[in-house]
Amino acid sequence: MTKNPAIELRQISKSFGPVQANKDITIRVMPGTIHGIIGENGAGKSTLMSILYGFYKADAGEIFVDGKKISIPDSQAAIAAGIGMVFQHFKLVENFSVLENIVLGAESGALLSPSLSKARAELAALAAEYELNVDPDAIIEDIGVGMQQRVEILKALYRQANILILDEPTGVLTPAEADQLFRILKRLREEGKTIILITHKLREIMDITDTVSVMRQGEMTATLRTGDTTPEDLAELMVGRKVLLRVDKRPAKPTKPVLEIQNLNMVDDFDVQRLKNINLTVKAGEILGIAGVAGNGQSELLQVLGGYSPATGIIKLNGSEIDLSTSVSGDGQARRALGMAHVPEDRQREGLIMDFMAWENAVFGYHREKSNQANRFFMDNNAIRKETEDKMKRFDVRPPNPRLTAKNFSGGNQQKIVLAREIERNPDLLLVGQPTRGVDIGAIEFIHQQIVALRDQGKAILLISVELDEILSLSDRVLVMFDGEIMGERNPANTNEKELGLLMAGVSEKAAQ
Amino acid sequence: MIDFLTLLQVLDSSLRLATPLLLVCLAGLFSERAGIFDIGLEGKLLAAAFVSAAFAAITGSVWLGLLAGILASIMLSLLHGLASITLRGDQIISGVAINFLAAGLTVVVAQDLFGQGGRTPPLKSGGRFEPINFPGATSSKEINDAGPLMQLYSELFSGHSLLVYVALLTVPLSWFILYKTRYGLRLRAVGENPAAVDTAGISVVGLRYSAVIIGGVLCGIAGAYIATSLQANFTKDMSAGRGFIALAALIFAKWRPWYALSACLLFGFFFAVDTRFQNILLPAWSLSGFLILIALGLISYVWKKDYLDKVVLGGLALGISTIAIMIVFSVWNIGANSQIKIPVVFIQSLPYVLTVVVLAGFVGKAIPPRAGGQPYVKER
Repeated sequence: MTKNPAIELRQISKSFGPVQANKDITIRVMPGTIHGIIGENGAGKSTLMSILYGFYKADAGEIFVDGKKISIPDSQAAIAAGIGMVFQHFKLVENFSVLENIVLGAESGALLSPSLSKARAELAALAAEYELNVDPDAIIEDIGVGMQQRVEILKALYRQANILILDEPTGVLTPAEADQLFRILKRLREEGKTIILITHKLREIMDITDTVSVMRQGEMTATLRTGDTTPEDLAELMVGRKVLLRVDKRPAKPTKPVLEIQNLNMVDDFDVQRLKNINLTVKAGEILGIAGVAGNGQSELLQVLGGYSPATGIIKLNGSEIDLSTSVSGDGQARRALGMAHVPEDRQREGLIMDFMAWENAVFGYHREKSNQANRFFMDNNAIRKETEDKMKRFDVRPPNPRLTAKNFSGGNQQKIVLAREIERNPDLLLVGQPTRGVDIGAIEFIHQQIVALRDQGKAILLISVELDEILSLSDRVLVMFDGEIMGERNPANTNEKELGLLMAGVSEKAAQ
Repeated sequence: MIDFLTLLQVLDSSLRLATPLLLVCLAGLFSERAGIFDIGLEGKLLAAAFVSAAFAAITGSVWLGLLAGILASIMLSLLHGLASITLRGDQIISGVAINFLAAGLTVVVAQDLFGQGGRTPPLKSGGRFEPINFPGATSSKEINDAGPLMQLYSELFSGHSLLVYVALLTVPLSWFILYKTRYGLRLRAVGENPAAVDTAGISVVGLRYSAVIIGGVLCGIAGAYIATSLQANFTKDMSAGRGFIALAALIFAKWRPWYALSACLLFGFFFAVDTRFQNILLPAWSLSGFLILIALGLISYVWKKDYLDKVVLGGLALGISTIAIMIVFSVWNIGANSQIKIPVVFIQSLPYVLTVVVLAGFVGKAIPPRAGGQPYVKER
């Protein structure tokens, strides 16, 4: 007798306005397996799973759970069908305790305290069974993301989920935490749970899944047994053409220091010290990578360097010191004039104005330059548009239409617009934050090539990324940040993810030896 | 000096004046805890005041008046809910619109019904809430001869309208609902992170509507109180900014029921002082000393602040010190024992000045519910 699939989706379609996110998706997941769904950003993976969890409603198609056709109009129905989901952005109430978050929506009565004590007992049992230990009284915003993720998993298990969907679960974890998560997932599989893992990381698919489905542009392009495939094949299925997974680059030839940072400290508005005695130097002709789990001071370092957060200490650019005392507006412009360019971490908030057109976005920060002025009073918009169009072609922005608003471009193309603006000014120092976050593999390849090309022209590059693969393949030197401090420096050629992972988790140099 | 009985009388009227503030403040608390900012509290209060006074005047029953006031307020709450929850509009704009709607409609309808220049006729007995006298309390005629404990019992505890006691009971009730029930947990969650509530399988829309309806009920009681108990008819704009002061009290109270009680009592006290004392005479020296202290306090407060704060607040400090120095000079001329009369308008402005001070963030950091003011839209 053949078993029924735990989950079967037939001909699921969903569109958001003119964008078709899912086209006729059919997928079967057998019980007791880990099934991976891989695809580029925007391929429709998360949409598909949100439909399964009742967060979105499909336009067409059928859902079967354990061989029975059901309809999932809302999350309540999904929970009742035994489906649990851990979203990429956790759905937790930040100032509630772990226990309150777990109980929310699954209370046993109108009064709170019986529900809480029941949950406390059950939580202890679950923790023992699956090695999922958390302090039930801790407040969510006080615990780390790894712990928060456990709370999300516990939330699903508390609701007796048999099918667990995880959306990009490792994006926010250190390598060690990710390993631990995978151990938990394997344990859950042994207990007969079915797990669907959504990711864009090929390595995770190869490590843990039994079967894998590949999605591209809203369509399911293949479903394979993981053992029968290779990362290269999967990458090709994802992008639709052959992809170079590693960056091709020659050894760096560093020369004079361009950026020197000495004893940099920064305290935020809530009196929390975000940067602690940062010392670093970036030389011309090298890429200095800063690795670390998100939220350990990398963003603040970029903010201070970019001129939008005050700090104390010394920052020298080409030998001349920069004023750090105030956040007076226009400071970013002064820095640009000294030869600094900045590709911010969050391109949608800091890099672009989403409702403005590409050509307008392409001159921000440089709009006062002589070359952009027609006369004393007016900007030369026609010239700017012409120039933007050329830039867009050089940087392979699709479509190369300068009159399109920024929000109408895909993530990768938005990033290329920002890169084009910053790189084409021929800066001495380029600050790059998360250059490929939310960018598809094809565009990643291009962006990496541009950054390496800039280095080879003898420019200094400070790269901040939470993607360890990216740091290791692009950087000439790697610094690791933890809790606002630099934990140590490594040469990417003779280090590995495990060693960096320890530093990222705050295990200091001495303790590691 | 002020004697004990006078003090009691001031506190007594503080309580009566704090009651509508408290009810409206708790109405705002439920709504804002659920993530719906409610700038239309003022409008709901005014509308409820009018409708309850009109119904009480026509039917002669204060209970029908109360019920009608509550229903009117709920209608406006649902309007706000429709605009901000269902249609995902801007909550501030919807609230402002409700305020204008109430300010205009009440007068027009009152004029049409009663023809008394936009007011309702005075309510007769039966159309108002009468004071409830506790057993054994002395009457106001004999209170001067009673002992201090008796004075406290009769003046402060006894002799209020039923709605005052209702308002006071609402505080522990709100606390219990918010922190001890399933509904309260969900309500607080939906104001912090509606997506968490949605993915837990609970209706965000349903929760938010229930919160604005509770707010409507409380505003309705408050409106009925000011028109049928605090006063005995409806007059144009009789809510007198109480809805906005309640909002300030809500921020002052950091969105918590017990804090809301203290904040509203404080505001009530200022109102009571303003009605009780007309012109206050103060020794000139102490006044100028007090002003200089305020100026120094301002200066030390802005010392570590940004440039803009320094300019604005520093300017304020400079102005206050100038007034103080002018007083010192005038004292020089007219003698050291001179007194300065503080005009009544200064006292009257105190609650509003306090509101501005509270809103300017002088009293610690008040962190509003994180999802407040944002309509809930699933991603994309």
